Amino acid sequence: HQVLRIKTKNEEEIKQLQLLESLEHLELDFWINPSARALPVDVRIPAVSVQSVKAFLESQGIEYSILIEDLQDVLDKEKQDMAESAQRQRSSSSFDFGAYHTLDDINAELDHLASEYSFVEKIRIGESYEKRPLYVLKFSTGGSNRPAIWLDAGIHSREWVTQASALWIANKIASDYGTDASITSLLDKMDLFLLPVANPDGFVYTHTSNRMWRKTRSKIPGSICVGVDPNRNWDAGFGGPGASNKPCSDSYHGPSANSEVEVKSVVNFIKNHGNFKAFLTLHSYSQLLMYPYGYKCTRPDDYAELESLGRAAASSIRSLYGTTFQVGTICKTIYQASGGSIDWSYDNGIKYSFAFELRDTGRYGFLLPAKQIIPAAKETWLGLKKIMEYVRDKSS
Amino acid sequence: DIDDVGHKYYLELELEDVLDKDRTVNCTAEVLYHLGSQTSAPDVQVTVQGELRSTEEADKEFYTHIRSLEKELVAENIPDSHGNVPPELEPIHLLAWVASGYVIWQNSTENTKFHLAQVKHVKQVKRSDEDLQFDYVVLLHDMVSQEVLPWEVTLLWHPQRGARVSRCQAAGAGD
Repeated sequence: HQVLRIKTKNEEEIKQLQLLESLEHLELDFWINPSARALPVDVRIPAVSVQSVKAFLESQGIEYSILIEDLQDVLDKEKQDMAESAQRQRSSSSFDFGAYHTLDDINAELDHLASEYSFVEKIRIGESYEKRPLYVLKFSTGGSNRPAIWLDAGIHSREWVTQASALWIANKIASDYGTDASITSLLDKMDLFLLPVANPDGFVYTHTSNRMWRKTRSKIPGSICVGVDPNRNWDAGFGGPGASNKPCSDSYHGPSANSEVEVKSVVNFIKNHGNFKAFLTLHSYSQLLMYPYGYKCTRPDDYAELESLGRAAASSIRSLYGTTFQVGTICKTIYQASGGSIDWSYDNGIKYSFAFELRDTGRYGFLLPAKQIIPAAKETWLGLKKIMEYVRDKSS
Repeated sequence: DIDDVGHKYYLELELEDVLDKDRTVNCTAEVLYHLGSQTSAPDVQVTVQGELRSTEEADKEFYTHIRSLEKELVAENIPDSHGNVPPELEPIHLLAWVASGYVIWQNSTENTKFHLAQVKHVKQVKRSDEDLQFDYVVLLHDMVSQEVLPWEVTLLWHPQRGARVSRCQAAGAGD
């Protein structure tokens, strides 16, 4: 079928077209009817009538042009476009990774990723003090208890760029499996466990009440103050220098190691799994890439290897936008801090334990503008990838 | 180490203009932390080697704008939770940095590392003289203790006379 556009010059020509319109056997379909002289007349003509209609128009000196050469072609293409778009709609998120989200929205996105990808599973490793589920995304393409990598974010709730980056990273890994050689070989050999919101109670509190909240929201017996610093609560030099014994302090270590259910849940999960090779955790801000120890200022046995790997990761990060991360032990780089997670993981046999402090260095601090989320996530991912690739190669 | 006096640090710094990233200026500084004393601010001497960008135009514009406001300016949460600063509040934000700088200097020791975390509240106070006055409540984050504490600071500013802090004190305990 063709669609013609007819430009009438006078009343006479319009009358002719109206005559044509009345000939029902031609089965002409006028998309714009011949009435007003100013508008062109568009008409769809069945294949069998095309030649005779054209002959008629030419004999009357009526000007026309071919608007659509072959209508079926157009329809076929449109159908294909729509199928592709629907496909993209199903597989792509309407989730804006470049914005900050509520806990509910984040959890919905975790569900979406798990339903979208067969090798992604959402598991619940425990619940918070206020009974919110602790959700971990498990990336596994098979095997049975493969060597695994742990990655968490948001243990300090006000560090919003970390939860946001974790979501971007989750999506990146899921969508690039099968096409990116590195991610594919990584997940073909190892499993990845990602906890994007390690402190959900604190996170909700930063949305509802105090954007600067850091700790958990547990009630402390004998105190009017609430919450424990979850990164001083691990069983690694617990209660030592660099943590406070005052409940009102933002670095309060808590009544005892693992007193916080958010910490205990992770500890139990990792111990029960028994085959973790790397433990990576995201914080902000300061742009640092650190390895143990924090609770003591002496170097770990694997100092040389961790320093070298850390430098390589920092180099990868810098390659993208020039963002510089300083590398070193926690104690030397930031401060002495006891009861930290990567000290615990390291002392429990997980050699490749690193803590990242993401953007920036103080200009916006915890209030990093949303437009920096994706750049921060992208550069951080390069650093994480470097470490994961190394661990993958070592583990095979 | 200076016996019976304290610790002196000699610094070489490169200043980057936040509003003009390609522009840097070198400076040197000497900082003396007094021995034992927790109540006295460190002594600071700075020498700027080179010229700072002239901001006369922008200063005048800002000054005229604020003076022309019928109602005193009031704002809170700068930046907001998502890191946004409305463009018209950017100068207020920058002045908050100046005010915070003073507070940080007055309260720094060798064991603190402060940054301005957020302007919780700012209120302009109209004056009979030519200065602009802004009463701020700023949140300062100390990297070492991890505490984020509110401080009340009153800043006076004039295009030619520059910025002065006329009052500062720690605000009541927060949450």
